[in-house]
Amino acid sequence: MMLSRAPRDLTMAETVRGPGGARVDLLLVSEMIEPGSRVLDVGCGDGELLRLLEARGVDGRGIELSREGVNECVAKGLAVIQGDADTDLANYPDDAFDYVILSQTLQATRRPRDVIEHMLRIGRRAVVSFPNFGHWRIRLQLLFDGRMPRTANLPETWYDTPNIHFCTIKDFNDMCALVGAHMEKAVALDPWGTALKINAPWWFWNLFGEQAVFVLTRKPG
Amino acid sequence: MGDQATTDTTRDAFGRPGPATMSTTPATAETKLPVLVREADRPRSRLAEFGPDTPLQLDCGVAFSPFQVAYQTYGTLNETKSNAVLICHALTGDQHVGNVHPVTGKGGWWDIMIGPGRPIDTDRYFVVCSNVVGGCMGTSGPSSTNPLTGDPYGLDFPVITIKDMVRAQTMLLDHLGIDTLFAVAGGSMGGMQVLEWCASYPQRVFSALPIATATRHSAQNIAFHEVGRQAVMADPEWRNGRYFVEGTMPRRGLSVARMGAHITYLSDTALHRKFGRRFQDRDNPTFSFDADFEVESYLRHQGSTFVERFDANSYLYLTRAMDYFDLAADHGGVLANAFKGTRTRFCVISFTSDWLFPTPESRAVVHALNAGGARVSFAEIETDKGHDAFLLDEPELLGIVRGFLDSAGRARGLVS
Repeated sequence: MMLSRAPRDLTMAETVRGPGGARVDLLLVSEMIEPGSRVLDVGCGDGELLRLLEARGVDGRGIELSREGVNECVAKGLAVIQGDADTDLANYPDDAFDYVILSQTLQATRRPRDVIEHMLRIGRRAVVSFPNFGHWRIRLQLLFDGRMPRTANLPETWYDTPNIHFCTIKDFNDMCALVGAHMEKAVALDPWGTALKINAPWWFWNLFGEQAVFVLTRKPG
Repeated sequence: MGDQATTDTTRDAFGRPGPATMSTTPATAETKLPVLVREADRPRSRLAEFGPDTPLQLDCGVAFSPFQVAYQTYGTLNETKSNAVLICHALTGDQHVGNVHPVTGKGGWWDIMIGPGRPIDTDRYFVVCSNVVGGCMGTSGPSSTNPLTGDPYGLDFPVITIKDMVRAQTMLLDHLGIDTLFAVAGGSMGGMQVLEWCASYPQRVFSALPIATATRHSAQNIAFHEVGRQAVMADPEWRNGRYFVEGTMPRRGLSVARMGAHITYLSDTALHRKFGRRFQDRDNPTFSFDADFEVESYLRHQGSTFVERFDANSYLYLTRAMDYFDLAADHGGVLANAFKGTRTRFCVISFTSDWLFPTPESRAVVHALNAGGARVSFAEIETDKGHDAFLLDEPELLGIVRGFLDSAGRARGLVS
């Protein structure tokens, strides 16, 4: 399983950079986090999001699978540990964080549902961003080419990809209902990193959103 | 072992003429004996002496007094006394972390880490390193003179623990007027002291670097130590620990202990890369028990140089202290309890080829810290150099220590 945000895994929106040079999807996530809160970034890569968060006065921690990513983060002074989302989240106590973030990593976990459930247990809120496999270009490839879709943003062949659990925005919604997660906020991004209209229907997001960001909480009671 | 070891050791691992290793001629014993005893009582080092009114309370129940702590310092303590870094040394280390060693003449054991502009920057921090209690370089230990008898303590010295070592360090810091450490760092047995500091005196530690260490000794680690101790005690010159009094030195026993231990500090890969199956200064085997192989010659050299600078009884006491260490057991069997509510910033580091303190041991510390919501960084560094990697020029290690301390320094207001 891969947790690192290797450049080859990036969707197009991820590579779009904002005014400060930061990835727009990370900027979007960081703006969802209240200053002063405690955050765990699962699959934190080279620590770019944690740095954005620390600049906002957030007490950020990270888990990263790749040794290179971890060592780079620690050398930057970030509180990051080497670990695996599938196995290591179980070691954290309930309500240890205000937010647990899973950015562009869900599709690479072995048991995405367990990971989401742990996130909801550890954090008061879970923030999940993932590439939407229901995007029209991916649908068209499967329909007309009859092969597993490969795009400029998801270039790996089926036998080579670390992304083993792709889902669509609708699929993710279904799972949220199943695990009893309350959807506090949802945003879909177009390939340029711009949020789609907030009042668009789900089918529209599922067709035109290249990626999605969800903020989840445990259902009260 | 024994007789064969005295042959063919006139060259060291690098083929240079070396000392006649393992030789235990009385002349050598007499000339070397005073050095270790003198260093134990009157070290060429800074010294803090504690009289009868301030005994060291030991875990074994003894209130040990009088006692002394030998230490070295580097850099300058700032006005608020907030920039002190304590370095805890490993089993065979000492306080000479950043200066030429008075006995061996070699550079400091962590020169690569400590100094002006180095990761533990003495232009910025006030670095303190003390010899552990039970050691042999000036802090009270079995080679120190027992004031009641006028002879070295030997086995009359009380058995000490990692916690006792840390207690002695707290007394030194009190003596120096340092309340809170900016950082405490150490590898191996030094890492055990770091963890003990964080568990016993969390309010006195701002940041901590336990490196290549564990919260307890495994059965395998205890087993290796027991082999080493038995080698020392099997040497007829050990004399039940009274070798100084009887004018002998258990050189062969201690050097065999060191040879065995040294293997555990390296990795199979590193040994093979360094020596392979190469012969030492010969093209063919001699069909004898000479040191035909380079690796044999290297180990004999390690053993023989070790006995010149280290006391055999200290080796027994300090290995015992490591064996007894079990941080979870001291906290109701739950490691997380040892770090409950801690505000210390941790940087835990392990090495891929370290089979003495393998990565899962460090990971257990990290999990316990996570359970308590501590601020912890954890890096495993890829290297084939084994346990000893923490002492070596590992660029990633140096970069991580520097980055971690810079960040902690900013949080502490020491770095702008």
